[in-house]
Amino acid sequence: MNISLSITKTIHEWLFSIMSETAASITEMILIATVYLAVFAVFGLYLVLLERKVAAWFQLRLGPNRVGFKGLFQTMADALKLVSKELTGTVKADKFLYNLAPYFVIVSALMALAVFPFTQEFQAFDINIGIFFLIAISSIGVIGILMGGWASNNKFALIGAMRSGVQTISYELSVGLSLLTMVLITGSLQLSEIVEVQKSGWLIIQGHIPAIIAFMVYMIAGTAETNRAPFDMVEAESELGAGFHTEYSGMKFAYFFLAEFINMFIIAAIATTIFFGAWLSPFGITESIPWLGVFWFLGKTLVIVFLMMWFRWTFPRLRVDQLLTLEWKYLLPINLVNIVIMAFVVWQNLIIQL
Amino acid sequence: MSYFSNIYKGVKTLLTGMSVTGKVFLNSRKGSITQQYPDNRETLKMFDRFRGEVVMPHDENNEHRCTGCQKCEIACPNGSIEIIWDRKVNPETGKKKKEIDQHIYHLGLCTMCGLCIEACPTDAIVWAQNYENSVFDRSHLTKVLNQPGSKLMDGVED
Repeated sequence: MNISLSITKTIHEWLFSIMSETAASITEMILIATVYLAVFAVFGLYLVLLERKVAAWFQLRLGPNRVGFKGLFQTMADALKLVSKELTGTVKADKFLYNLAPYFVIVSALMALAVFPFTQEFQAFDINIGIFFLIAISSIGVIGILMGGWASNNKFALIGAMRSGVQTISYELSVGLSLLTMVLITGSLQLSEIVEVQKSGWLIIQGHIPAIIAFMVYMIAGTAETNRAPFDMVEAESELGAGFHTEYSGMKFAYFFLAEFINMFIIAAIATTIFFGAWLSPFGITESIPWLGVFWFLGKTLVIVFLMMWFRWTFPRLRVDQLLTLEWKYLLPINLVNIVIMAFVVWQNLIIQL
Repeated sequence: MSYFSNIYKGVKTLLTGMSVTGKVFLNSRKGSITQQYPDNRETLKMFDRFRGEVVMPHDENNEHRCTGCQKCEIACPNGSIEIIWDRKVNPETGKKKKEIDQHIYHLGLCTMCGLCIEACPTDAIVWAQNYENSVFDRSHLTKVLNQPGSKLMDGVED
């Protein structure tokens, strides 16, 4: 039990000085988990608010502006309402799976947050197979969706869940391969080392043409992984009611909802870490102030989150056959060719280094 | 080779779509179409084609353009309009002529379909742009459109 949790050195050393090693490790893990849970629950709520505001601006509306200053407490009020609501369910539902599904989804979403390097000292769990872990975790959430859709004994929920299964299984190939393209440059799966490599230029600049192609493929596949529009056939309000969470209410519904937004943040954060230099500032302008890295990381992530929202409010929803055509006939071959190009670039040392 | 042109066209059209919505997003501060209704009650003005209720405009001499032809009454699909009319002797020409006594309009029955206004040959009735139509008693929704003592405008029937 000696995992290096390098969140802040002072707390770390203080804990280890007053307790035995095992007890200190466990306390540290619980502390970090609590902090992450609290921060990202609130952060997820504000992502929902951001989404609603951005949607309103795209549609020439005003968006929520009544609760609190400029509507800042709108989603807090929504969450409170959802907490106070009754948890209803279908009579013939598979009770065990039905109740387990939302926790499965939210836990798999929150687990991925552990490995992100928010800044040099602020990374909870610097695992040596970082990207592999992220890819695995980000596609495991679909099991929760499948469980929820299957257990709620509702045809719309089942159709939505099955579509989600098809979609995630197809698109995680593209997510994995586009990230693998970038791993060819870094030569490491560890996120802190990937950031280290990017000190001589962000990977999207270092890898130039194949990196940009990989980024585009990643953004398309990543949007599909989070089940957001234009790939939102899982929910598809106009076709399926609400898809897999049709039968959920109250806080269980809120978990699904929150997990969707945290997943969006995760996809954007992976893109930030792999393509845009994580917490590194552009041209190293704030290198002397290390804690500003958090702001750079969150700033870059929010820009990519905005890009995903832009997709959502621009493109119409795909049909299932179009979705599979896009993945298997276009994204996957492009990705495979792209890996060969990237391998050639790395082999011939055509990387642009600043 | 349509494979590669498909990819090119796909990316191009996606970017075109994003530029359209992007422009709307950047200009959203200026042109929000949301009306924050109870707050801007004084300044809120409904657009021309809004269908509030049917009214009969009168000019300054208390004259309207309704000849009492009853085409609106026939056109109305749910009987919102009732016209009480009479034949009166015109004192100038000495002829008997149809004239409205009361043009009764039941706002509570009206579905705002606009067939009466399309049917009117003399443009005697038009849409009003008012929107606060709720009342405490449904009898207030039955309205007499012609004002008391009003008469037909000269030259409408010619």
